[in-house]
Amino acid sequence: MDTILSVKDLEVEFATYGGTVKAVRGVSFDVTRGETLAIVGESGCGKSVTVQSLMGLIPMPPGKITGGTATLNGKNILNLPPAEANKFRGVEVGMIFQDPMSSLNPTMTIGDQIAETLKVHRGKSDQEAFKLAVELLERTHIPEAPKRAKQYPFEFSGGMLQRAMIAQSLACNPAILIADEPTTALDVTIQAQILELMLELQRTENMSIILITHDLAVVARMADRVAVMYAGQVIESGTVDDIFYRSSHPYTLGLKEAMPSNTHDRDKSLSPILGSPPDLFKPPVGCGYCARCPYAMTICAEHLPTATAISESHEASCWLHHPTAPDIEELHQMEDQDAG
Amino acid sequence: MLVRTEKLKKHFTIGRGQTLHAVDGISLTIDENEILGLVGESGSGKSTFGKALIGLHPKTSGEAYYNGERLPDRFSTKDHLHYSKQMQMIFQDPYSSLNPRMTVLDIVGEGPGIQGQQSNSEIRDKVAFWLERVGLNADHMSRYPHEFSGGQRQRIGIARAMIIEPRFVVCDEPISALDVSVQAQVINLLDELKQSMGLTLLFIAHDLSMVRYVSDRMAVMYLGSLAEVGPSNDVFFEPQHPYTQFLVESNPEPDPNLERRRAFKPIIGEITSPVNVQAGCRFADRCPKVMDRCLVETPDLIALSGDRQVACHLFD
Repeated sequence: MDTILSVKDLEVEFATYGGTVKAVRGVSFDVTRGETLAIVGESGCGKSVTVQSLMGLIPMPPGKITGGTATLNGKNILNLPPAEANKFRGVEVGMIFQDPMSSLNPTMTIGDQIAETLKVHRGKSDQEAFKLAVELLERTHIPEAPKRAKQYPFEFSGGMLQRAMIAQSLACNPAILIADEPTTALDVTIQAQILELMLELQRTENMSIILITHDLAVVARMADRVAVMYAGQVIESGTVDDIFYRSSHPYTLGLKEAMPSNTHDRDKSLSPILGSPPDLFKPPVGCGYCARCPYAMTICAEHLPTATAISESHEASCWLHHPTAPDIEELHQMEDQDAG
Repeated sequence: MLVRTEKLKKHFTIGRGQTLHAVDGISLTIDENEILGLVGESGSGKSTFGKALIGLHPKTSGEAYYNGERLPDRFSTKDHLHYSKQMQMIFQDPYSSLNPRMTVLDIVGEGPGIQGQQSNSEIRDKVAFWLERVGLNADHMSRYPHEFSGGQRQRIGIARAMIIEPRFVVCDEPISALDVSVQAQVINLLDELKQSMGLTLLFIAHDLSMVRYVSDRMAVMYLGSLAEVGPSNDVFFEPQHPYTQFLVESNPEPDPNLERRRAFKPIIGEITSPVNVQAGCRFADRCPKVMDRCLVETPDLIALSGDRQVACHLFD
């Protein structure tokens, strides 16, 4: 397999007045050409910080990358001076954000903002760059692109702005597109349009996508592989089918049970995950999820579980997968019997 | 029937002789002890409808009835005082809807304080009871909103509405700012309160799966008017209006096999501007089944079998 991006044991922390927050605590993943990797998790789990630190978008200080490596096509991309980082940022890796309104410059026309990328990275002239910008807007299906290119961000709707952001990120034909909650602020009908556009561009450009989201339904539509994050760590990773149909970490199971499934029966009540995520000022010694986990054992609070291979493509970090641990299915049945 | 609106309209004048038709003639009924889900895209007017219904916006025209009484078009302070005992609202944003300079005791206790006839210690006891009831620690009542997480703040908002013991509550996107694991906590809490207090709820949301799960009946709004009304499962699994069909097809499911089988082309275009709306069906410019008639004649809700209504000329 053709690995483009490889991240190993990434650790990121932030110095604050209240102490040091360990936002990312040893994250590893690979991205291969043409695939979509979804990174899923709740607010504060470190999914955005992970990709922002890869892109060099973390303000340092207060942020600090304290460990790990990340290589893009074999070259290190962590802790680069800005001039070096600019050689791959926006060129080999494009990025789009949750809130396109605040990510675009309100005082520049959309066309000029896209053209700027081409002028800086590709050395195009003003005219050439603007012409290419219009073509990019057409590729993202913005109607009346020549006219829209001369408009400002406030004249665009949320969905159209997200298309413009995608157009900008595609300017230099990146190998990877990082999309940080690209549809969270959009309505379902517009979300469907944007997701479809991303899939279409992925097919035509053979681009890899890293999709950061909290929405399991979006993951099911988009992802080839999934990494589930909790409290700054990847707790389960595998193909999309591994994660949905062979969920092996209690947190992944819990997330699935907390969502309504669209079957006719309404009586099945939702099972919320009780409690809240751990305080990352003082991250727990053991498993980050053990305080909320219905299957927690003594060892979970004392020792951090290591990633255990469930199958060739599937890993979970949970003590339940230790050879001597009880089986989750059995625990489930015992629970059902207790309830019955 | 506890709540009924008849051709309720709320227009905003936005200068230069222009009018924004936020809510444009909504006729709906909500039965006692029922949860009615109101779905629609942003800008469809669902929050404005909820606010106009309980008097937070004066109505432009049309009528609203609560328990058989006609509600005033414009609420006076006295009207607010009278009806707030019966009708309450839970707001979408648990950050901006709580005054950062008030303690939880002040926030939750404000309602009973205004309603009067209770001593401070009675109010304090009541606040403590309701904080525990919504799953918060009563010892935290002297804290300020910033000391709580999003889910906890939403519970404070729920306690503030419920302490009045209302009969009817408008829930305006109560879970959309929350994480999945916490959404389920809040939904289960609302459901439990509905059962124990016999509440009637107008549940406004844009998450179709959650609305189907939560509500008994579902109303779909598009650009200030209703597209379809009916029992939740029927509307979700057999949508009739072309817009509802698009809405349901756009809604992704947390199931990769289903998603791979989905043969779906997203709807083209976006919701049009509600400013100076012309006659005709609101959805006509995006509808794949549009007819000449749709461009000139505004469809009314047509009753179908099984307690369903749809506003579309196809069913005439």
